[in-house]
Amino acid sequence: MIKAILIFNNHGKPRMSKFYEHYTEDTEQQIIRETFHLVSKRDENVCNFLEGGLLIGGSENKLIYRHYATLYFVFCVDSSESELGILDLIQVFVETLDKCFENVCELDLIFHLDKVHNILAEMVMGGMVLETNMSEIITQVEAQGKMEKSEAGIAGAPARAVSAVKNMNLPEMPKNINIGDISIKVPNLPSFK
Amino acid sequence: MALKIVKGSIDRMFDKNLQDLVRGIRNHKEDEAKYISTCIDEIKQELKQDNIAVKANAVCKLTYLQMLGYDVSWAAFNIVEVMSSSKFTYKRIGYLAASQCFHEGTDVIMLTTNQIRKDLSSPHQYDTGVALTGLSCFVTPDLARDLANDIMTLMSHTKPYIRKKAVLIMYKVFLKYPESLRPAFPRLKEKLEDPDPGVQSAAVNVICELARRNPKNYLSLAPLFFKLMTSSTNNWVLIKIIKLFGALTPLEPRLGKKMIEPLTNLIHSTSAMSLLYECVNTVIAVLISLSSGMPNHSASIQLCVQKLRILIEDSDQNLKYLGLLAMSKILKTHPKSVQSHKDLILQCLDDKDESIRLRALDLLYGMVSKKNLMEIVKKLMLHVDKAEGTTYRDELLTKIIDICSQSNYQYITNFEWYISILVELTRLEGTRHGHLIASQMLDVAIRVKAIRGFAVAQMATLLDNAHLLTGNTQRNGICEVLYAAAWICGEFSEHLEEPMQTLEAMLRPKVATLPGHIQAVYVQNAAKLFATVLRKHEGETDSQAAQETSQLLIDRLPLFVQSANLEVQERASCILQLVKYIQKLQQKNVEVAEEVTALFAGELNPVAPKAQKKVPIPEGLDLDAWINEPPSESESEDEKPKAVFTKEEHKHSRSRHTEVDEKELARRREARKQEQANNPFYIKASPSSQKVYDAPGVEHIPVVQIDLSVPLKVPGVPMSDQYLKLEEERRQKDKAERKKKEKKKKREKRGKGRKADSGPESEEDIRPAHQVDIVTEEMPENALPSDDDDKDPNDPHKALDIDLDNLLSGSSSRPLADSEKLPVRTHRPEVLKSPAEDRVHESIPQETKKRSGKEKKEKKKGKEKDRKRSKEEKKKKKHKEVEEELLESQPEEAVQSEETKEAAAPPTSAEEETAPSSAAAVDTSSAAALESEPDEPKDAEPEDTKSSKHKKKKQKKEKEEKEKKKKKRHHHHHHHSDAGGEDSVQNGTVEEEEPLPPMSNYSLLAENSYIKMMKEDADQVYDIQGNHQDESKVVVSVIFENKSDSFLKSMEFNVMDSLNSKLQRPEGAGPHDSLTVPFQLPPGVSNEARFVFSVQSIVMPQKLKGTLTFIVKSDESSTHEKLDFKLHFTCTSYLITTPCYSDAYAKLLESGDLKGSSLRLEGISMPFHHLLARICFHHHFSVVERIDSCASMYSRSIQGHHVCLLVKTSDQTVSIDAKCDEPSLLGNVLDEIKQTFSKC
Repeated sequence: MIKAILIFNNHGKPRMSKFYEHYTEDTEQQIIRETFHLVSKRDENVCNFLEGGLLIGGSENKLIYRHYATLYFVFCVDSSESELGILDLIQVFVETLDKCFENVCELDLIFHLDKVHNILAEMVMGGMVLETNMSEIITQVEAQGKMEKSEAGIAGAPARAVSAVKNMNLPEMPKNINIGDISIKVPNLPSFK
Repeated sequence: MALKIVKGSIDRMFDKNLQDLVRGIRNHKEDEAKYISTCIDEIKQELKQDNIAVKANAVCKLTYLQMLGYDVSWAAFNIVEVMSSSKFTYKRIGYLAASQCFHEGTDVIMLTTNQIRKDLSSPHQYDTGVALTGLSCFVTPDLARDLANDIMTLMSHTKPYIRKKAVLIMYKVFLKYPESLRPAFPRLKEKLEDPDPGVQSAAVNVICELARRNPKNYLSLAPLFFKLMTSSTNNWVLIKIIKLFGALTPLEPRLGKKMIEPLTNLIHSTSAMSLLYECVNTVIAVLISLSSGMPNHSASIQLCVQKLRILIEDSDQNLKYLGLLAMSKILKTHPKSVQSHKDLILQCLDDKDESIRLRALDLLYGMVSKKNLMEIVKKLMLHVDKAEGTTYRDELLTKIIDICSQSNYQYITNFEWYISILVELTRLEGTRHGHLIASQMLDVAIRVKAIRGFAVAQMATLLDNAHLLTGNTQRNGICEVLYAAAWICGEFSEHLEEPMQTLEAMLRPKVATLPGHIQAVYVQNAAKLFATVLRKHEGETDSQAAQETSQLLIDRLPLFVQSANLEVQERASCILQLVKYIQKLQQKNVEVAEEVTALFAGELNPVAPKAQKKVPIPEGLDLDAWINEPPSESESEDEKPKAVFTKEEHKHSRSRHTEVDEKELARRREARKQEQANNPFYIKASPSSQKVYDAPGVEHIPVVQIDLSVPLKVPGVPMSDQYLKLEEERRQKDKAERKKKEKKKKREKRGKGRKADSGPESEEDIRPAHQVDIVTEEMPENALPSDDDDKDPNDPHKALDIDLDNLLSGSSSRPLADSEKLPVRTHRPEVLKSPAEDRVHESIPQETKKRSGKEKKEKKKGKEKDRKRSKEEKKKKKHKEVEEELLESQPEEAVQSEETKEAAAPPTSAEEETAPSSAAAVDTSSAAALESEPDEPKDAEPEDTKSSKHKKKKQKKEKEEKEKKKKKRHHHHHHHSDAGGEDSVQNGTVEEEEPLPPMSNYSLLAENSYIKMMKEDADQVYDIQGNHQDESKVVVSVIFENKSDSFLKSMEFNVMDSLNSKLQRPEGAGPHDSLTVPFQLPPGVSNEARFVFSVQSIVMPQKLKGTLTFIVKSDESSTHEKLDFKLHFTCTSYLITTPCYSDAYAKLLESGDLKGSSLRLEGISMPFHHLLARICFHHHFSVVERIDSCASMYSRSIQGHHVCLLVKTSDQTVSIDAKCDEPSLLGNVLDEIKQTFSKC
């Protein structure tokens, strides 16, 4: 079982958090902070496993993480998951994000939290791995995206236009905000299959 | 309308959307909290609007804020609103928010049940998908119970996308509602072979998750998984399966043997590291499970270790880590194979990666032996010195202690060395593990008698140098060691060379800065030392020394008497008085040493950790009883007003407190200071006021400042390294001696072959330096140490420890008890609770026998089986064993024709005829009752389900069919919820009411001197699926009972079809051909066969003429006989028990589509609940609601007609008002009800 999936940046700011067990908001933040603390002090070339997610579930659990550009992707899993399997899953997740956002960067995740959740929901459900095949995931995500668009129809058009205008007028176009928005470069690791 | 929408969306344009919110937050870095709170206010406004788009937008923003740590539970209701939007876009937003913030405590969650059900059955797969995803995050026991059936239906959805989600979510449902596991399991198992790989993978996932917690229940799936493992190419699935096998093999070693080969093949062939690693892991698990019996698997172990070494040597840190992890598993059973890689592991200790170092440490734990313990610990001590950061160093420290103390100090040959290691460890700065070291010191000193002298000497030195340990505030954790030191010195003071000096050290004023519990031990043990000192000086003529000691105590103890710690204070004042008294006696030259020593006489033995738990409660002691009566009511009332008063005041002051903000506080503080400064009577705090309590002369004690960067050496404490050298020397000497001896021996026995003494020393050769006398821990008499009480009672998986095996063997047999039926519960089991009780005793043994009889029959049918075994089993009459037996015979059964299985009613074998309660011996009517009764009463008792197995099997199948049908219906009638069914049942029967009379739904069909036919009410009805939508099927069960002394065979059953009802004949048979009854009947035996009829119209009762022909075969002759009968299909038999919510029921009645009719029954004397039970039982109704002597009931026909009854009773008169959308059906049903009651 996967207990939690966290994405935060190099400064520990949460970018997405998905807990498959219930915690209060305060505990969740504490878990994120502590996880960041544990993960961030590790060198780049050490192993990607960390024992003792103290806050989540105790000693049986492991933290398995990957660091891409400005973001940490951390999965907290119990002993029923294969460590290397989860590493590959993180890779699939990031590659899927990359496909869905076209060169994903931290800002994409910040501004489209709902979309990230929707993509994740096609991969992991209730803490269990649902799908590992990237093309299948993308197909489903896109099909649902299409459905949303068709629902928006005419009614959605003005809103979209305004949104575009807002983006034009505002000096802080997301892509221009300088927070080191280097796109996450997805290295080509040997794929799982 | 369209205009309104456009207008709405134009308004919306200026609302903030998620992107605007994020942007805003980023622009307000300085006052983020303030900005967000204004945003939340805006969101609250938006949520108040009617426009669902606005609400959805607001909820979307809330989801973001939730991630940032804001509590959004106040918007739960709005989230539900958004979830129930018909637009997918909004629905998804709603479900996402719900999945992020709903949990079991969210109260609005119960409002979602119907919405979720609607979404689950939505024609759009993504609506269903989104609902499933959301539900997986917030499913509660209630939701799980109410929706289990709907989800189970989705497991067979046409879209694999839905199927895989439904399969996966079942795990969550099981966790929350364990009762669903058994009913859902067969279908889950089916999904293991789903054509879609995603669904298959999901099913594997769920079963692996289940099996991990309760592996033994899933052993029977092993063949299926084995097949999957050899056929699947999906690495995810393979990994899961291989992990599952790892969990299963410890339970079934035979499985392990089978696994080795395919796993080894995989190891050799796969290129995926993840798979390779899991294979190695499982091979290890297999080897562990085999380790006892199978010596010839060394090749496999070698392969594993070799592969792991490759992993560990890999540059990829992840592989290195995992390699070490797996290695530690091998270590447990095959330490030798790992020990040869010690070099590699010690190398890993130097790795820069902490995770890897920790893993390597773990491995070391298992690699020590008597021979290398000192060497390894020395290495670790070096690391301790080098280690930076306290976490890893603490880990090292615990590991050192773990390694040394493992299995009762098995590997320690020299305890002096160990004590000095412990003392060396006290040098660690800022460790949290002071208490660990202390407890080791205590343990060793207590349990190894030979070491006490040495230990005491060491501890005395420690006490003497206590300032080194306590001098630095950072080193606080370590001062725990002094606790042990003081106790050891006190308790074993007879070993002390200079007790006086130690006593002095223990009473130094600095001690008062130690934590209270340590001071207390100091004081207490000072008294012990005092006793020793007195004893020492007793014989001497000059009592000067003894008196000086007393004076010392009297001088120093007052310091402790002033302690703030109660324990210290109490002990100190007690001892102070004692010493004063002794001093008086001493001045009179009275010899007191003996008495004082007697105070501390007696050995304290260590007590086993579980000893307390094992102490039996003495007879007659009731721990729950009050010792004194609790205070009476009146007393508490007296106190109440007081309590209320104080409470209120408290509250008041607190609330005021919270109002005061920082500024205000600062202002007041300032004002107070001003006031104090101006007040001449206010005594100001001065630094000297604190010192009043300090002991005199503290300032004069020189405090040694130590440069701590230099490794600290406590003077007088030998370094452990010395021991290493000493040990080496000692071993050399030993060896030399042994050699000498052996040479001698050799000389003596010249003919004997040479012994290899130059090889490495074996374990046994190393002789401990001390006589190690480990005192065992004390336990109460007759108590055995055990681990059985270590299980966590709160583990949710415990509830899932459900035996599933009897579900698995053959698709036709699903012995699910009625009470386990998932979705819509039938009415009868609960209603018929009570009549069972007196019957059960009678029927269980009989049932058991019947079953074993059945086994016999199967065996007779040419399938060879060990006869003796089944006889033995019969003797034991243990249901469980019988069941196992049944399981084993199931595969054979599968060979039999479908019909045989359906007709698998109990044939009693010849042996049973002699049994007193044999079916043949009972007269026909009660036999009929017995025949039919057992399944009903038993249903009420889930415990007993096994005992009426053969019936169950049949019934279950039928129930399944019914279930299926009901599930189908569910989509169209959401209001027919399970919960409703349950409630109504509870309403229908009040438990205390008097027991119900037994009821039978079997009626006599026809009878002659040879045979009796009994028909069960044809309530097993189901829709035919596929093309014949308008046609329904009715299954009729007929029991054939042989009343003659002859053998009956070649029974043929035939019915004259009517236009409306037709007997279903096998394909190719003509419309008038008869059906062969698939069994023969020995004398006195009865068996049951089922016949399927197709029915066109159900509004009228039907009668069909039929004939049964058979051959009566006795020893001398055989004759052809025939029996005519009439099959009567009542309208009742077309009704299915369907529960109904009361609100849905009310709606149904209000709708006005139903036509009414009524019925009056006079002279009914039975209790009302019997009456209801009868209607439920015979006419397949369920109680919707019952109020006193009035009840509403509901049922539905197989073609979907609703039948509603309102039953009232007063003075032996029962009036039934009925409504149905098909008047003629209703009329017939009422007639039948009337008949039922006229009979009794």
